[in-house]
Amino acid sequence: MYIIEMRNITKEFPGIIANDDITLQLKRNEIHALLGENGAGKSTLMSVLFGLYKPEKGRIFKNDEEVNITGPGDANLLGIGMVHQHFKLVHNFTVLENIVLGVETTKSGILQMKEAREKVLALSKRYGFDIDIDKEVRHISVGMQQRVEILKMLYRDNEILIFDEPTAVLTPQEIEALMKTMKNMAAEGKSILFITHKLDEIMQVADRCSVLRKGRMIGTVDVASTSKEELSEMMVGRKVALSLDKEEARVGETILKVRNLCQQGTKYGSGKNKLKDISFDVKAGEILCIAGIEGNGQTDLVYALTGLEGIDSGEIFMEGNSITKAKIRQRTESGIAHIPEDRHKHGLVLNYSLAYNTILQTYYTSAFQKNGFLRRPTIMEHAKNLINRFDIRSGQGEETITRSMSGGNQQKIILAREIDRDPKLLIAVQPTRGLDVGAIEYIHKQLLAQRDSGKAVLLISLELEEVMNVSDRILVMYEGEIVADVDPKQVTFQELGLYMSGAKRDEVVVV
Amino acid sequence: MNRDGIFNFLSSIIVIIAGLLIGFIILLISDAGQAIPAFMTILTFGATSMRNVGDVLLLATPIILTGLSVAFAFRTGLFNIGASGQFTFGAFVAIYISIEFTFLPPPVRILTSILAAAVVGALWGAIPGMLKAYRNVHEVISCIMTNYVAMFFVNFMIISFIFDQGRGTSQALPSDSNLPSAGLGYIFREPFGAAYRSSHVNIGIIIAILIAILVYIILEKTTFGYELKACGFNKSAAKYAGINENRNIITSMMFCGALAGIGGALNYMNGTGLSMSIIDSLATEGFTGISVAFLGLNHPIGIIFSGILVSYLYLGGARMQVFGFSIELVEIVISVIIYFCAFVFLVKSFLGKTLRGQGKKESSKEGGEA
Ligand SMILES: Nc1ncnc2c1ncn2[C@@H]1O[C@H](COP(=O)(O)OP(=O)(O)OP(=O)(O)O)[C@@H](O)[C@H]1O
Ligand SMILES: [Mg+2]
Repeated sequence: MYIIEMRNITKEFPGIIANDDITLQLKRNEIHALLGENGAGKSTLMSVLFGLYKPEKGRIFKNDEEVNITGPGDANLLGIGMVHQHFKLVHNFTVLENIVLGVETTKSGILQMKEAREKVLALSKRYGFDIDIDKEVRHISVGMQQRVEILKMLYRDNEILIFDEPTAVLTPQEIEALMKTMKNMAAEGKSILFITHKLDEIMQVADRCSVLRKGRMIGTVDVASTSKEELSEMMVGRKVALSLDKEEARVGETILKVRNLCQQGTKYGSGKNKLKDISFDVKAGEILCIAGIEGNGQTDLVYALTGLEGIDSGEIFMEGNSITKAKIRQRTESGIAHIPEDRHKHGLVLNYSLAYNTILQTYYTSAFQKNGFLRRPTIMEHAKNLINRFDIRSGQGEETITRSMSGGNQQKIILAREIDRDPKLLIAVQPTRGLDVGAIEYIHKQLLAQRDSGKAVLLISLELEEVMNVSDRILVMYEGEIVADVDPKQVTFQELGLYMSGAKRDEVVVV
Repeated sequence: MNRDGIFNFLSSIIVIIAGLLIGFIILLISDAGQAIPAFMTILTFGATSMRNVGDVLLLATPIILTGLSVAFAFRTGLFNIGASGQFTFGAFVAIYISIEFTFLPPPVRILTSILAAAVVGALWGAIPGMLKAYRNVHEVISCIMTNYVAMFFVNFMIISFIFDQGRGTSQALPSDSNLPSAGLGYIFREPFGAAYRSSHVNIGIIIAILIAILVYIILEKTTFGYELKACGFNKSAAKYAGINENRNIITSMMFCGALAGIGGALNYMNGTGLSMSIIDSLATEGFTGISVAFLGLNHPIGIIFSGILVSYLYLGGARMQVFGFSIELVEIVISVIIYFCAFVFLVKSFLGKTLRGQGKKESSKEGGEA
C-alpha cells in the first residue's frame, strides 16, 4: 500500500505537455527524491498533488482510496504540506504569526496564541530548530525562513511533506541541518517528497528516487543500489561529466582592479563594516572565485562592483579607467556582465516575454531600436538564436512569458543574455543555482570558454565543489575581508573550510 | 480571442452587471413603482437616437483621456489619482487662452489652448513625480494634496481673471474658440423635427481616440514604453538594466498629467457653453478616469470602449430624473455603477482561480515557481 499514489497524471500548458502520463508512488515513511532536468515537470507534478493545478488526466490515491484535491485547502485536510521554492511568508508578521496564519484558534473572535505558542515551541525543540518565534520574518535569514515553512507544515500535523528544491537557496551548513531534519521527520513517521538537482543530497538522504525527463517518468530506483553516474544518465539521457577537464589558464592583462573598497554596514545591520579594505585584481583569461559562507560581504561586493549600491571609499578600475563613480549603464557599457544572485529580483522582468528579457541592457542600442521604436523582428530573431544556442526550453518559444518558465530555464535566459553581450568581465553570482547537472556542466563549460577566449571571470559561489572545480584562483571572504588568496590545486577542502569559518587567515597583500 | 482575452472581457461585463444590479436595488428601495422604467432608461437611453449617441461620445471624450492618464501611470507602476487636479489646471489654461488670446486666429488659438493645457497638466503631474523620485513621497498622498491645491488655486485664478459676475462661473468661451464639429453634427442629430437638433459632439472624440492609439504605440512599440513598463513590473530589474528610474517616474507622471490636462481642455471647449464653477469639490472626471482605466483593464484601446460605455450609462442615468428621482439619488446610482467598475481586477482574479484548469489549457500567466 502506498500512502500517496499519483496514477497516469497528465498536465498540459500552452505548447507543452508538462506531465505526460506520470505515475508516482510514495511509500509511508520514505524520503522519495524527484530528479529531472530543468523543465522536466517536477514542480508541476508537485503542484498537482498540492492542488494548485488540476490535471487533464489522472487520479490520486491516498492509502488506496481515491481523493479529489481541488486546492491547497483539500491538500491540507489530507495531511499534505508543501514548502515552495520561493517561500510564501508574510514579511512583517512574526514567525509565530506566520505559522498559525490560516488555522488560528480564536475564542469569541479573539486570537488564542498561548496554545499555539506552546505547540510551536515544542515542535521547534523536537527538531532542534534554533529559532526565535517572536522575530519578524523579514529580519531572519533564508535558512530560518525555510524552518518557518517546515514548522508551518508540522503545526498543521501534515504527514506528507513536499519540498520543492529546498536546498537551492541554502548555505552548505544549512543544507547539512536540513538533511538531518528530513531524516528525523521520516523517522517520526512522515513521508517526504524531495525535489533537488544535487545528486549528493539524494545519495545522502533519499530511500528511492524517481526520474523525470521531458514530462515523462523514466523510472524509480532504490538509492542504495544506484550511483550518481547512473542517476544523471537516467535524467539527461546521456553520460554527464561530473568533473571538469580544463587546461591551464593563459592569464593576460588586468581587466578589473579593485583597491581599498570600504563600505559601512547599513542602518539595520550589526554596525560592522560590510566591506573592509578590499583589494584584488581579475585578469583576462582567468576565473577568479570568491568563496565564503553566505553573508560575509560577497553580495555587497558584487553590488559595489556593478553599481547597484554605492561605496564609501576605495576605487574600481576597468582596464585602467576608473569606474568608481560610474552609473550602472556606464559600467555595463564598459564591458561588465552580471549574472545576479537573485534572478527574480534583478535578473528578469517576469511579466516580459523571453525575447524582451534578452534585451534588458541593450534595448536602446541601434541593434534593437530605430528612432525610438523597438525593432521587433530583429529582437525575435535574436531571441530565437539564443534559444537554440543555449537550449532554453519553454512552451511558446521567444514569446513565452518568463514567469511561466521553469526556474532553470529562466536562469539560462540570463546566462545567454550576459554571455551574448560579449563582455570583458563576467561577474557570475551562484550561476548554477537551481540547475540540473546537465545544465551545470554546460554553464561551467561556458565559463571556461569565456576564460579561454580571453575574458576575465569573477565567480561568486557558496559551493566548495564548484569553487574547487572551476576556478583558477580563490579568494576567501570572511566578515567583509579577504582572508586568503590561494591556488585551488594547492589547497584542500579542509583548509578552505578553515579560512571560510575565520579560523585561519593569511595576510593578503595586493600592490 | 485567447483564453486571457475572454477572461478580461468577461470580467468587465460581470462588474458592469453587478453595478447595474445594485443600482437597480437602490432604485427599488426608493421608489419601487418607477424603478423598472427608470432602470430601462439607463440601459437604453444612450441609444435611442443618433443625437444621444453623439452625446455619449461627447461625454466620453474627457473621461477617455483621464482614463488613459490613470492607466498609463498604472502600467508604469504608479497610481495617478492626481488626474483630477491635472484636469482642472488644463481646463483653466485652455479656457483662459480661449478667452484672452482672441488676437490669434481661431484654429491657432484652439491648438494653443490644447497644447498649453497639456503642458500645464504635465507640469502639475511633475510635482508628485519629483516628490516620489527624489523624496520618496508616495504619489497617492502628494496627488491628493495637489488635487486640492489645483482646485483652490484655479478657483482663485478664475475669480481674478476670467470671472463672469452674472453667472458666478468662468466667462463663456467665444464661439469660435470651440472645437469644430468636423461634420459629426450632421451624423449625430435628431432625425425629425424642424430644428434637426444636433449633438455637440466634435473633433474632441477623434482627438481622444487618436491619443489612445498613440498611448498604445508608446507603451507597446517604443523603447520609452519598454523602459517604463520594466520599471512598473520590476524596479530592481530596471535598475539592474541601467534604467534611470527617477527620470522615468517623473516623465511618466508628466505624460499622465498632459493627458489629463488635454482632457480638461477638450471638456470645456466642446461648444455646450459649459463653464467652470467656483466649487469646493474636486473634478470628478479624474476619479471616473480610475474606473474607466480599470474597466478597460488599463489597455489604451480597451479604454476607448470603457470610456464610451461609462458615458453611455451616465447619460441614461442622468435621464432618470424624468421619473421623479431626485438628482442626489440619480448621482448615487450612477456613482455606484461607475465605481463598481473598479472591482474588475478582483473579478478577473476570481474568474482565473475558479475556472482555472477546467478548460483544456492553463492561462500562461500563472505559476512560475522554479
Ligand atoms: N503556469 C505555467 N504556464 C505555462 N507553462 C508552464 C507553467 N508552469 C510550468 N510551465 C512549463 O511546464 C514545463 C515544466 O515546468 P516545471 O516548473 O514543472 O519544471 P521543473 O521540472 O520544476 O524545472 P526546474 O528544475 O527548472 O524547476 C516547463 O516547460 C514550463 O515552461
Ligand atoms: Mg521546479
